[in-house]
This record gives sequence, structure tokens and C-alpha cells, in this order.
Amino acid sequence: MFGARTGRGLVGLMFVASIAAAACGGSAAGDKIIKIGGLATLEGPFAVPGQDGFRGIEQALSTMGKKLDNGNWQFDGFQVQLLKEGSDATPAVALEKAKKLIEQNNVDILIGPLSGDEGLAIKDYAKTVPDKTFVNGSSAAQDTTFRAPAPNFFRFSTDGAQWMAGLGKYAFDKKGYKNVALVAEDYSFPYTQVGGFMYEFCAAGGHVVQKNWVPLGTKDYSSVVSNLPTSGIDAIYVALGGSDAVNFFTQYNQAGGKAKFIGGSITVDQSVLATKGAFQDILAGTIAAGPTADTATDKAWLDYVAEYHKEFKDGLPFPGLFALSYYNETVGVIKGLQAVKGDLSGKQASFMAALAKVEFDGPTGHVKLDANRQAISSNYVTEVQKAADGSLQNNVITKADNVDQTLGLGASSPYLAQPVSRDFPACP
Amino acid sequence: MPKALVDLLTVVLNGVTLAALYFVVASGFTLIFGLMRTTNMAHGSLYMLGAYVGVSAYDATGNWLAALVIGFAALAVVGGAIHLGLLSRMAGQDLRQALVTIGLSIIIGDLLLAKYGGLTYQIAPPAFAAGSVAIPFVVNGTYSAYRLFMIGAAVAVYGSLWLVLNRTRIGWYIRAGIDDRDMLSALGVNVSRVFLFVFALGAGLAGLSGVIGATALSISPSEDGRYLLSSLVVVIVGGMGSLEGAVIGALIIGLSEQIGLFYAPTYSIFITFVIMAAVLAIRPQGLLGRPA
Repeated sequence: MFGARTGRGLVGLMFVASIAAAACGGSAAGDKIIKIGGLATLEGPFAVPGQDGFRGIEQALSTMGKKLDNGNWQFDGFQVQLLKEGSDATPAVALEKAKKLIEQNNVDILIGPLSGDEGLAIKDYAKTVPDKTFVNGSSAAQDTTFRAPAPNFFRFSTDGAQWMAGLGKYAFDKKGYKNVALVAEDYSFPYTQVGGFMYEFCAAGGHVVQKNWVPLGTKDYSSVVSNLPTSGIDAIYVALGGSDAVNFFTQYNQAGGKAKFIGGSITVDQSVLATKGAFQDILAGTIAAGPTADTATDKAWLDYVAEYHKEFKDGLPFPGLFALSYYNETVGVIKGLQAVKGDLSGKQASFMAALAKVEFDGPTGHVKLDANRQAISSNYVTEVQKAADGSLQNNVITKADNVDQTLGLGASSPYLAQPVSRDFPACP
Repeated sequence: MPKALVDLLTVVLNGVTLAALYFVVASGFTLIFGLMRTTNMAHGSLYMLGAYVGVSAYDATGNWLAALVIGFAALAVVGGAIHLGLLSRMAGQDLRQALVTIGLSIIIGDLLLAKYGGLTYQIAPPAFAAGSVAIPFVVNGTYSAYRLFMIGAAVAVYGSLWLVLNRTRIGWYIRAGIDDRDMLSALGVNVSRVFLFVFALGAGLAGLSGVIGATALSISPSEDGRYLLSSLVVVIVGGMGSLEGAVIGALIIGLSEQIGLFYAPTYSIFITFVIMAAVLAIRPQGLLGRPA
């Protein structure tokens, strides 16, 4: 009883405080305040990426505007207030938090969510709230924008298939891989990554002779390794991340496997390369692709990394693809708001029209939107190489610019006739 | 030999070697949960702590056996402290023990995350079990020596525990203390010291299995839940408090996981739990458990 009463008192106090804060904020400059809701995962396995996503939003706001003492950002003619909510990477929670931001906090624009299945749920929700603008975070499912898009959903980041751009061609043309087996986790993100790789690889004439879809969370890959062909393949495409990738490479090595590897966007990142173990010997020469590359040397990227480190003392060694995605989304939103001078009247119609036309040069290259409001942007192909001190690092091999959602195949290509899945595309 | 048979033999060997790991992890849990009926939901965290201790010990000494001994000893001390400081104060109160140990596992998990970060660590196998050995009937003709070694380790753990429980005075005390604690106490045996020994031994085995597991696979945050779950399944399927039951439980889980992963990867997790549900439906006390 006592506890309940204290609780209610506390809620009341917070309510008064928040009204006071809102009032102060409003009187500070006299400009209208535009409320942006930020949604990323702050619980579960994607908590660290979620934090980095929020860093991306804040870095974009601080770089383009001026942070005020009341916590808002000042732009020419309007202020931006950021309200954050955390999900746990499940669609249900992401939806609940998005609804809270839109319906209770009354945000004008939502930036998020982080992961693929969440993104699909938010897109469907966006269709029911046509007078609010939804901008993606880092979620990378293809059909968030490709099939049945929502007219008020915008994505200034590339999807999981676009993250593979350049890899299939490079594997076939330059590496000479003709026959490939694949090992990937059995859910939507690896489907999309595998799809993106196969669009190019199959179109070039390559064959994916065997697909091993393993349940998420598999730790012992010995029987998967036993199942891989011992001859007749040039490389294995591996879409596993973190310790799962370490376990797979270790067991493949122990079993005496000889094939080369092709990696997904998170397969041979720094967390895997920094793990000490005998498996490192077989990783040199592994090619992979993704929207960021730690060792890129473009000036825009270096400036962006320097800003990131200046702004966030507790940040990661390099801002990853999550930070970059949220950063680009936020830059797009601010450019759109600047184009209409912060005017969201008319059910945001003129703002959305302006947003669809936004183009800018981001840290990794030019970003513009297609007819489905999906980003067309750059992508890197990387290769694991041994550095002078013996450690492994990812070096940039090529960078593809203006990568669209079909990887240049065109929307009518047979490879895009169906959504990516376990069995599609296929080129056995 | 036809390829289908070679495949099957390889997968069975994979399953048996994985079962060896599961048995070693679950052996400590059998002592603590199965025999003593102490609800220790922190068993997976003890495994994880042992693995990280082993990683640090291996970095410092470069000796795998030293890492194994240090992992065992460190966790025996930690386990003893947990028993003395927390669990012995709530003997027989399952729910309180469960909540306290769940809290403990969250604390251990976060402390390890703070110290070791999100990276994956591996311990290099000892020289006598490095590389692969030639076996004619498996895929490729070679098999990881370390995985074969794990079978030996599991047999050694089983043999030692069987001897301790069945052939030593302390083993008599343990079995007597579980059946009738008051009577044993009346006979002049210091029962709380016996239980402290069992808990320390169980936790030490968790630490030892952590070092073995971190060598066979790897160690990274959030593996605690996975090994707690596998231990629970092994002990429940095998039967509470039965060492032989734990062996059978581990074999069933290891084999079904690997056979599933090979022949029907999509359903491999599902298969494990179907087996568990089926066993519990037919024999609620587990395969070799005594009826409650």
C-alpha cells in the first residue's frame, strides 16, 4: 500500500517536471520544436549495436545543428527534440515502443528500428499512421521497401542484399570461384545476405551447390562440417557472426578442410579476427562485403570517424554499420526538414515530398533515394590480409557506388521475382 | 565403405564427443541439483567463469593442464563460498535458492562482460591432443584429436565420481546425508561439511568443464544460459541424482543434436526438446531416476 502510494507520487512528480521542462524548452528560442523519436535495441544481443545506433543519431544532430542547454538541437528556424526508446530486437516490442513514441509522446518523425524483422513490423504500422514520417534505423530486410512499401517510410541506409554488392562478381571474376557451398543461420537476415551474394554470383555463371541453413545459436558445427563437400567446391560462403563464426572456422580447420571462405557482412569483422586461435591461419584471403570498412581512407569517412571519437569517449574503436545507418537516416531527416524550414503542416505532405528528394554525400559515399524511398548508395568489398605484425585485418579491395536495391539487375530480373528465402534464389 | 555409412559414423562420433562435453558440464550439476537437491541456476555461470579463468590462466602459464587445474580449483573455492555464504542458509527452500542463484548468474555474467568484453576467446588444445588423427571410417579420414580426448576426459570424470560416491567413506556420507540428514548428523558426522565438499566439487567440475569447452568450441558472453539448459535437460532426462542417467541423458542430447543438425538442420533444436518431452511423459522421474 505504502509502496503504491509512493510510486504514484513519484509519477506525479515526474509528470510535473516534464511539463516544466517542456515549457522551458519552448520558451528558450521561440522556434517550433520538432519531436524526433529514436528507436533502437537496448536489450539482448543487439544492445551494443543499439547504443551505437543512438550515437549515430546524436552525432548527425550535433554535427548539423547546435546542441542547446535544454538538450535540444537548434537549427535555422526550428529545434529538434530527441526522445529515445529501446526495444529488444523483437518485432512485438519494437512495435509497442514505436506506438508509444507516436501515440503517447506525439513525435513527428520516428527514426528506427535496428533489426530486419522489426523493420518489417514498423513498415506495416507506418501504413496505419499516414500523417507521420517513418525513417528506418539500420534494419536491412529487403521487403521493408522493395515489396509493398509504405508511402511514409523512408530508408537512407542500404539493405542486407545491397551490403553484398560487388562480392559475387569479385568472387567469380577475380578469385575464380565457380562452385560454392554455403553455411548460414536460418533466419531472414542471412537469407537477404545470401540472396544479395547470389544475385551477382549466379548471374555471373557461378553455382551454389549446397546450402546448409543451421539453427540460430548452434555452437557445435562438427556435423555441418562433415556435411560439406570435400571436393568440387572452390569456396564456402559463411554467414555466421561472432563466436559462431569462430566455432565454425575452428572446426572446419580441425577437420582438415581446405576450401577458401566468402563472408557475410558480419562474418569476419574485428570481433572474429581479434580472437586468437589456430583457425586464424585459414582466414587470410577471405573476402567479404559491407556498407562500412574500418580501413577505408576516403576523407569523408576519416572526418566522420574523428568526429565520432571526439563526440563519444566511450564509443567503439570504429563506428560500425549500425552507427553509420542511423547517422545517414538522421542526416536525411535534417536535410528534409531544412528544405521545408521545419514546416510539417498539411499532414507532413510537403515535408515527405522534400524528404524523398534529399541527396547528400555521406561518410562512405553519395546517398539518394529511389522511387520506393530506398537508399541508393555505396558498398565495399574487403579481403582479410595478414598485416606486418602478423595480425589479420580487413583491407578494402573495391568500392561500388550508386548500388541500388536490385544490385543493378533491374526490378524485373528473375532473381528478384520472389522474396529471398531458404530456397530462393537458386543456381545449383 | 558407402558414403551414407561413413556420414552416419562421423555424425555419431560427433554426437558422442559432444555428449562427452555435455556430460562433463552436467556432472557437477548432477551432484548439486540431482543429489543435493540444491536448485543452482548459476551452474552455467560457473561454467562460463571457469572458462574465462582458464583463458587467463592459459595466457599466464601457456600450459593447458595448468589452466585446467586452476579452472577447477578456482571454481571449487567460488562454489564453496557460494554454498557457505548464500545457499546453506536457505537449505530446502527451492524457490529462494532459484532466485538467489539466478541473481548470482546475472552478476557473474555482467562482471565477466565488464572484464573480458564481448570478444570470443579460445584456449589452444594441449600438444598431446592437437591436430587430427587418422580414422578410416569418418569423412575425410581424419578426426579432431581433441574431440576424441574429450571422450577420455568424460570417462575419467565418470570413473572418479563413481569411485568417490561408491567406494569412499565420504561417498557413503553423501548418499546417507541425502537420504536422512538428521540421522547421519546424530551418528556424529559433520553433515554441513559434507555438503560443502559436494558443492565445491560440483562447482569445480563446472570450472573444469569450462576449460574443456572453451578449448573444444570457444567462450563468449551469454553462453551461461546455453550450458545451464543443456545440463538441466541432461539431468532431467537421465534422472535426478543418477550418474549413469547423466551419461545416458548426455548421449541422447548430444546424438540427437548432431544427427538432427546433419539430416534435418531446421528441426535439430526441436528434436532435442521433443525427446525431453517424450521421456518426461513416459517416465516423469527421468530414465534412471528413482520415483519421488
